[in-house]
Amino acid sequence: MAKDELMNYEQALEKFEVVIGLEVHVELNTKTKMFCGCRNDFGDEPNTNVCPICIGLPGSLPAVNKRAVESSIAIGLALGCQIAPTGRFARKNYFYPDLAKNFQTSQYDEPIAFEGALDVEVPSGNKFTVNIERAHMEEDAGKLTHIGGSTGRIQGAEYSLVDYNRAGVPLVEIVTKPVYGAGAEAPELAAAYVRSIREIVRALGVSEARMERGNVRCDANVSLRPHGEAKLGTRTETKNVNSLRSIERAVRYEIQRQAAILAKGGKITQETRHWHEDRGLTSAGRPKSDTDDYRFFPEPDLVPVKPSHELIESIRASLPENPADRRKRLQAEWAFADLEFRDVVNAGLMDQIEETIAAGAKPQAARKWWTGELARLANADGKDVADLEVSPAHIAELANLVESGKINDRIGRDVLVAVLAGEGAPADIVSSKGLEVVSDDGALLAAIDEALASQPDVIDAIREGRMQAAGAVIGAVMKAMKGQADAARVRELLIQRASE
Amino acid sequence: MSELTPDLVRHLASLARIQVTDAEVDRFTEQLALIVDSVAIVNKAVEGDVPATSHPIPMENVFREDVVEPSLTQEQALSGAPDSAQGRFKVNAILDEE
Repeated sequence: MAKDELMNYEQALEKFEVVIGLEVHVELNTKTKMFCGCRNDFGDEPNTNVCPICIGLPGSLPAVNKRAVESSIAIGLALGCQIAPTGRFARKNYFYPDLAKNFQTSQYDEPIAFEGALDVEVPSGNKFTVNIERAHMEEDAGKLTHIGGSTGRIQGAEYSLVDYNRAGVPLVEIVTKPVYGAGAEAPELAAAYVRSIREIVRALGVSEARMERGNVRCDANVSLRPHGEAKLGTRTETKNVNSLRSIERAVRYEIQRQAAILAKGGKITQETRHWHEDRGLTSAGRPKSDTDDYRFFPEPDLVPVKPSHELIESIRASLPENPADRRKRLQAEWAFADLEFRDVVNAGLMDQIEETIAAGAKPQAARKWWTGELARLANADGKDVADLEVSPAHIAELANLVESGKINDRIGRDVLVAVLAGEGAPADIVSSKGLEVVSDDGALLAAIDEALASQPDVIDAIREGRMQAAGAVIGAVMKAMKGQADAARVRELLIQRASE
Repeated sequence: MSELTPDLVRHLASLARIQVTDAEVDRFTEQLALIVDSVAIVNKAVEGDVPATSHPIPMENVFREDVVEPSLTQEQALSGAPDSAQGRFKVNAILDEE
């Protein structure tokens, strides 16, 4: 649907209530796959991490990865779910070359975790509780490359190439119940929810949780219904929205698209839709299959999983601090104002700042470097600041060089650029390039006298209390010192000179 | 009587990617109906407290440690494939699914 055919967002919300539902797939970071001993790794040569089990050769028998089960239980517990005392796997039958077995081993009627809830805060500060229906274990599918289409899309492709390295990688799919009441903030809530899931699985250490690598993937269900209507509207499921920003944009687009159709008396088709980040729109995928078409049945080759009470409780006892509680604690410890802290959280910089402070930086200095100069540099580079190749220890070192007056802020920024360019640790860069501020008062005074000699009026102006006149001299001294002076110290010395 | 219709049989065949003739559809409709009806009779017989059994052998929690085992080489993996290119399995483009 073209942009001008969409309904205006505010108008759409006036007419309709938005209901969303989110399915998040989390790829676990186990060493091996879900049902076989092949390596679970990203970026290897195609079809080198495959074996008779994960390419579905006849006679092969799967066995469940114990670590994957433990990770799934940890995710379930962290989401406040109950853990099923007994659960089994099921075959989800479909014919598509992304899995060679012609079925996906998943869980159907007996998921490992169910009935949880997650409190999610959106950027405005509003909080919503997202109820979790279930979290179940399954395997990822292989990767298809479509050849012959103009853009690598499936439309127009002549054939497809399949790499099964990812087939059989453990996944946990987390499914929410319908989420009501987010109103205009539904898109932000969808993104914030996925962000929270990412934060939790990272804190648990069970997934690399890198969205750009597909470690965390989200399918966003959106439906609309007139305000006051009890029956849910027909939903669409937008697939594989692979960044937080895309989730927000895709949900917003679907709200506007569906509203435009419904307002004209049209009907929403229940279907999967594909989000196109470049064009900012969704397009129709396949009609949503009926669940019956998957002909689920219990997997006969795998016996039931019955986690013992002891196992569940030992995993529960080892859960890390809940990220939301941790936020509350850190904000208090760091004494950040709400806005300052929210910026840190929204930029995803809490870990970095925590580590920078642990490495010896003052909280405010750590915050300023990360949300200020580092964010600016990342942004200029089109990167996420959290993905910059810089260690918190280096930032702490840099912050302390500035704090102690060894270098000034401006030189600090240059040093940072050098650190990012891989030139080494800040202190080494400062000494190898001779960037320390000139702390020798004698040298500074000499430079001041030289500047005063060419601007003799300044000294009288300062004596008469017109301090703005000092700027020209401070500037000249800074220039003479190639920027490597503490401007505040130069000012002090200048005033001292004037009072002599 | 079961609700097995020729259309349902055709649908099942298409899900399974099996081509069927009209004569086969008729034959399978009859045969599948018989199976479904028979299962319904068994269901009736065990109505009540008998739990459904998915695994006849009382085993549970058979796990594998998360330890890497050797995989096939790329050549081995592709050796049974009808066609391959660039180290990958080559398949027809399938347009009607995602």
